[in-house]
Amino acid sequence: MRALSLPISEEAIRSLNVGDPVALSGVMITGRDAAHKWMSDTFIKKTRQPQGDDLEVYEAIKPLLVGGAIYHCGPVVSGLDTKDYRFVAAGPTTSTREEPYQGDVMRHFNIRAVIGKGGMGAKTLAACKEVPGVYLHAIGGAASLIAQTVQKVTGVYKLSFGVPEAMWVIEVRDFPAVVTMDAHSNSLHADIEAKSKAELERLLAV
Amino acid sequence: MQDLTEPLVELIRRTSTDLPPDVEKALTAAREREDSGSAARGAMDAILQNVALSRRNSTPICQDTGTPIFYVRYPEGWSARKLKEQIRNAVAEATKRSYLRPNAVDAISEKNSGNNLGDDSFPTIHFEEVEGDEVVVDLMLKGGGCENVGAQYSLPNSALGAGRDLKGVRKAALDAVQKAQGQGCAPGILGIAIGGDRGSSYYASKEALFRPIEDENPDPELAALEKQLTEETNQLGIGPMGFGGKTTTVATKITGMHRLPASFFVTVSYMCWAHRRRRMTVRGAEVIYE
Ligand code: SF4
Repeated sequence: MRALSLPISEEAIRSLNVGDPVALSGVMITGRDAAHKWMSDTFIKKTRQPQGDDLEVYEAIKPLLVGGAIYHCGPVVSGLDTKDYRFVAAGPTTSTREEPYQGDVMRHFNIRAVIGKGGMGAKTLAACKEVPGVYLHAIGGAASLIAQTVQKVTGVYKLSFGVPEAMWVIEVRDFPAVVTMDAHSNSLHADIEAKSKAELERLLAV
Repeated sequence: MQDLTEPLVELIRRTSTDLPPDVEKALTAAREREDSGSAARGAMDAILQNVALSRRNSTPICQDTGTPIFYVRYPEGWSARKLKEQIRNAVAEATKRSYLRPNAVDAISEKNSGNNLGDDSFPTIHFEEVEGDEVVVDLMLKGGGCENVGAQYSLPNSALGAGRDLKGVRKAALDAVQKAQGQGCAPGILGIAIGGDRGSSYYASKEALFRPIEDENPDPELAALEKQLTEETNQLGIGPMGFGGKTTTVATKITGMHRLPASFFVTVSYMCWAHRRRRMTVRGAEVIYE
């Protein structure tokens, strides 16, 4: 198990290889479909004018994302009425839905780690090489365990997207994940897909 | 007629937070099979720690508490209409107590109802009047990730070289598992129905998942195919979470149905490692949970 602290240095990123288990500590931010679309439309593709608190939120999240991590997660959060937020269940959600945006979002903010489940495609893998960055696969379904690694919820942006879609700023300690896409163009997902396909062909021929 | 609302809330709590012993045992065995230090072994460690933690804290094993699917067997004299009302009330109450995440989204308006009550099939409830004097309620929570990788094949399928026989069924099932990769939160349990129409076949494939992990199919041919499919899908090497490894499938359960002469469906329901299913039996004033 490799201990990694956030933000992550370029050197540390380059030393990671697919299959490496890691334990992350530091501050990260959650974001899924609504957050990625908002970042892409407002600040990258600029197909929509910033409005409301958009610019303010952008300035606030930028320093957290530079060299940092974004987590594809729709948490169950308690303390919504008192604003004394706590993560109750916080497993990863399927990452492929962010494939159209992720590469550009990584480049724009210089994000070094994307965390989720199920892996991502060629566009994200290319961005991992350029930025450089990695894709970290969290354990799907391990909601209670991951919630326990969340020490503190330090803030939330765009709560108007809804609780699962909002951007939660969390401080984690020893958050468990596995590197499944690295900065050297390797994808464990592409690898396993190809190997299992070859094995399937063999079994179908029997 | 007794009011079963509160016992039903307890059934939901147990299902969502306490993984059945047969599933946990199979996952523990799967952990042992993976090489120490491997990503697969790490994933199984995290899964098992999560199971223990959820049980201890009475919190959902996974934040996706899925579609609640109820199978209710009730004797003469009970009202299915009233039972349905009690089940729906229990689901809303369990959501309020955070045993379930609000999961019912209107497909047209995109609105989440907030209490897990949607149309007539959310939650899904199947009723059957039976002989005897016990009410038996089986509950399964079927998450979205694994539901999305389920598949139905209409045989023959020339791309797979799958004909209308058990050999063809084998090929269809192998293809479904290879396509699923780790997306259904492997290692999984396969529920397979052969025959039926498209709807009844899916229904039966889920019902097959209620069988204990270690039981044996009474039909020797199907028992052999179940064993073979578990072994062969594991040869695909997809492993826990798709990290690569020895266990992709924990168990396979197959059920045969009648079909139209013109149709031959093979339906594969994929259940994630978080195989949340529980039974409640009402015998007079006594309520027994398994
Ligand atoms: S597939 Fe199962 S374990 Fe994975 S996120 Fe969905 S419900 Fe949870």
